[in-house]
This record gives sequence, C-alpha cells and structure tokens, in this order.
Amino acid sequence: MSATTATPARVISRKRVVSAPKRVLSTVLSTAAVGIFILSVFPVYWMVQTSFQPTSDIIGSRVQFWPENFTLRNYNTVLFDTTRSEFLPALGNSLMVTIIVVIVALIFAFLASLAVTRFRFKSRKGFILAILIVQMIPGEAMIVATYRLLDGWSLLNTIAGLSIVYIATVLPFTIWTLRGFVDGVPIDLEEAGMIDGLSRAGAFWKITFPLLAPGLVATGVFAFIQAWNEFLLALVVNSRPEMMTLPVWLRTFQIANGTTNWGGIMAGSTLMAIPVIIFFLIVQGRMSSGLVSGAVKG
Amino acid sequence: MTTIGKTAVTVPSGVDGEHIVAPTPTPAPANRRRRRQGRLTPYMLLVPSLVILAVVVGWPLIQLFIMSFQEYGRAQVFGAPAPFVGFDNYVEILNDGKFWNVLIRSLLFCLVAVTLTMVLGTLIALLMTKLSKFFRLLVSVGLLLAWAMPALTATIVWGWMFDTSHGVVNYVFTELLGLDYIGHSWLIDPLSFYLVLTIIVVWGAVPFVALTVYAGLTQVPEEVIEAAQLDGASGFKRFTLIVFPYLRSIFLVVFILQVIWDLRVFTQVFALQGIGGIREQTSTLGVYIYQTSLANGEYGTGGAIAVITVIILMAISFYYVRQTIKEEV
Repeated sequence: MSATTATPARVISRKRVVSAPKRVLSTVLSTAAVGIFILSVFPVYWMVQTSFQPTSDIIGSRVQFWPENFTLRNYNTVLFDTTRSEFLPALGNSLMVTIIVVIVALIFAFLASLAVTRFRFKSRKGFILAILIVQMIPGEAMIVATYRLLDGWSLLNTIAGLSIVYIATVLPFTIWTLRGFVDGVPIDLEEAGMIDGLSRAGAFWKITFPLLAPGLVATGVFAFIQAWNEFLLALVVNSRPEMMTLPVWLRTFQIANGTTNWGGIMAGSTLMAIPVIIFFLIVQGRMSSGLVSGAVKG
Repeated sequence: MTTIGKTAVTVPSGVDGEHIVAPTPTPAPANRRRRRQGRLTPYMLLVPSLVILAVVVGWPLIQLFIMSFQEYGRAQVFGAPAPFVGFDNYVEILNDGKFWNVLIRSLLFCLVAVTLTMVLGTLIALLMTKLSKFFRLLVSVGLLLAWAMPALTATIVWGWMFDTSHGVVNYVFTELLGLDYIGHSWLIDPLSFYLVLTIIVVWGAVPFVALTVYAGLTQVPEEVIEAAQLDGASGFKRFTLIVFPYLRSIFLVVFILQVIWDLRVFTQVFALQGIGGIREQTSTLGVYIYQTSLANGEYGTGGAIAVITVIILMAISFYYVRQTIKEEV
C-alpha cells in the first residue's frame, strides 16, 4: 500500500522506475492470479482427465492426477453403447431446441426492445415491470401448469413444445439486456436514415440492427446457455427416451447403472460442456462489456 | 449522409423572422431519451413477446395462483373437480415446521452464497485491473471455463471430487496433508452438504460477477481515481467513495440477479441430493416445491409455496424494481 499512497514526486516517476515494494506487490498479485486460475479450472481438468481413465484406475486405491493408462473406452461407451438411452439423439434434440430458442428469442427480444426504447406508449412501464417480475417466478412452481398446457396442445415430447417454453423463459432476460444495447444506438442515426429515404422499419433493420451485433451476441449466448443447460422442464416435459435433451440423458446415464460409472459420466459431462465452452471462448470479451452496457443504460 | 440528416432535424441556420439564427449543434447524448409517439407500432413490436409470455408464463401463473386456493391432488390431475378451500393450503404451510426449516435454510444459504459471490467476484475484478496483460488473460480464461460449465455437469464433477472412497479431496487431505479423511462422507452431514453446495454455486457464479464488475471498472475514468490517489485516499477509501458509487447500478443489478438465482437454486441441490445427502435435511425452496408438487402430488400446497416464494423474492427486490421504474419516467 505504501507504493500507492505516493508523494507527487514518486507519482511522476511511477511509470518508468519500478520500486521494490511495487515489484513485491506485483509478484503477490500474479501469484493470486495463478491461484484463481487453478481454482477455476481444476474441476474442468478433473472431469476431462477422469474421462480418459479406465474404470479400474478411477476406482483404484490410488488417485491419479494424470491418466496413466489413457483410454477412449468411456467415450466409446457414451457414444455407441445402445443398451441405454443414446447420446447422439439427445445431442440432436438439444441442438435443435437451442438453435430455435436462440433465433426466435433474439428476434422477439429485438422487436420488443425497440418498442421499449424507441417509443413512448401507454403501459410501457407496466411491460417493463412485468418483465422484471417474470424473472422471479420459480420455474419449478409452474411445471404442473406448463405440463398441462403442452398436453392440451399435444406438444409433450416434441421439440416445438420444449422450444416454446424455453423461449418464454429466456425472453424477459433477453429483452432486459438487449434494450440497454438498443438504447446505446443513437436515435439520430435512424432518423438520418429515414430522411435519406428509408422507411422506419428499414432504418431499424439497416442501421440499428448491424450496430447491435455485440449486444445480440451477448444476449444470444445467454439464451444458448439457458436452453442448453435447462434440466428440470426437459425432464418432466420431454421424458420419452428419444426426445430427451443432453442434461436429462446425463442423469439417466447416472442412474441406469447400479454402481456409478464415473468414467462414462465424466465423458458425457465433457461432451456436454464442450459446445458451451467453445462458444464462451469465442465471444468472451464482448459478453461482459455487453452486460455492463445493458446494466448501466438501465 | 448523417450530417444532412442531422442539420435537417435540428434548427438550421438562416433567417428566423428578424433574427439571423446560427446553426444549432446537435446535443447528441441528451437526445437519447427522446422517444417517439408511435401510435400502433410499439404494440405491434411487442405482440410476439407478449403473446408467448402471456400463453406460456401468464396462463400457467394464473392457474398456479388459483390452484393454491384449491384442494388439488393426484385425483384432480386426472379430472376430478378441484374444490376451493380458501386459505387452507397457506395455513397448512405456515403451520408446518418443515416449511419454515426449508425457508430459513434457503434464506441463510442465499445470504452466505450471495455475500461470498459478491465479495470474491469484486476482489477478483479489482485484482484484474492491477494485473499485467498475460495474467489478466489467464484469469479471464479460467473464469470463463468455470462459467461455461453447465450447472448439472459442474455438480456431478464436484460430487465426484468429494466422493467418499475415490474423491480427490479426501485423497489430498489424507495423503498430502496427513489428515484422516479416509472414507469421509461429505454429503451425509447436512452442514458439510451445504459446504459443498456453497462451493459449487459460488464457484459457478463468481465468474459472472467478476467479469461484469471488471468490465464496469474499466469504465471508471482513470483521472478521478488518480486525483483521489494524489489526495491521499487509501485503496479501500477509493473503492468505497469513488468506484462503488460509480458502479452502483451494476452492483445492484448483479446483486439482485444473484439473490434471485440463489434463492431459487434448483439444479445443483437436486443433483447433489442424487449423488448423496438426505433430502429432508437439505432441500431448498425450489426443491421443496418440486417434491411437494410432483413427487407427493400435492399440487395445491406446492402452488401455495410457490406463491409465497414469489412474494418473498418481490419483497427483496422491491427497492430495485422501484428504482428502475423511477428511472424510466
């Protein structure tokens, strides 16, 4: 701390000369950084390395920190063992539902956030309030009513049914985040476009929409994660084996064996986490700054 | 292209009656709050969202509310009429010691998890502003990996690490630290079950807080902080007096979201109970609603618990909601 409560003289030279306490401080900070990295990554590492061990090693007397007898058998079991419910159809279901949810939710949220940020109208406040409150309702509470709703429309055990429910679930948060971004695009740009002969819809589409790319990415990732990871609704609503999503499949895998097949579960977990991790690493920077502009624009 | 538009919108230079008027520069940022009086357009834009929310959230919500005043069990699911019982379900719950245990447990867990998440997340964000580029990247990659892990997967992996016979935690404690943790079961005792649960939830939530707060910190003007530094303000003071007020709205949003998520926590508790642990002694509100409704078939009672949960969440976030609505005027 002595380095930071500096005299003016020291402040001037601060950038060029690195003082001794400062160097100690920076070592401490770097060590802390490494510590945080290890704590964050260790479970991910443990999942992956366990998934490459044969069962005999996994439940052997000694814990291995590195797969000494590297094997792909667990992945083979997960992907191609047809004695239990299958991975690939579940993957297909998850992909379908997630893609539908992301696309539809983004379009709906884009339109709604335009309405909320670009127009004054009656019950605008009411709509914003409703969006806030909807986020507080526990999904577990509504599951019976949701089940009956889908049953009434013969949408149980369908991609469409699950997608509709997920869209409604992610929509409030999606609108909430996106409206911060829309607010960040100056209205003058649209007006300029309209004077240049674009219709109002054309101005939205040709001017505002492209400028929203980071916002759409940030909100899209959120919708993606929620749809990809959701577990309970899928468990209740799409219970038929061929309609399961990945989280539900993962759970049946765990229960199906009397004794837990840890290698298989870890392989399955890895396969399920990979798409999300890839997605995250691609969009990383944009996401949190997006969140902030969403939050600050209020 | 844009300049043509701008001058046409604002007052152009020229002659206004007897005066010569200079061109008015566009006060760009102030214009942001200007909104049009669309007639039907905003409603049209809201239609898709409103329809789907009304059908998939609104309708079940109304049903849930009605159900909470009915005797609604398995028989009613199969078509028997559901008689109205007034506040019976609510009275039953509020007189049930089990419910109070669950409620207090959930609130305590929420308090501990949110506090830990906020403090750790903020500290990591502050640390990131001090790090060199390489270490900052290292930290963000680590955080992103943790953040990206699906809750269910994360719970299963942590459960495996805390496994009684083959878990790495017991191994490390026993072999490397010389403590006797051979065959120690973490999930049987409710207290250590919650220790593991807290680790899982906080581990998964810290990245969101840390990265969001960090992104916010990068927007605090450096001159302000440097000025305070020159005035001799300590690090702690600089944070509480300058940085925090500057990021107040971010902290508020993040905090409220954490409260909502942690009080509603379901997947992690449910999955961890599946690995080990005694349901009666470890359930939170979300799991309790699920058990009452789906496992026991008491939908009316489950509905009443759900309504109470929503009321509690609304009460907690009342300030935030009021603040937001005020700013929207």
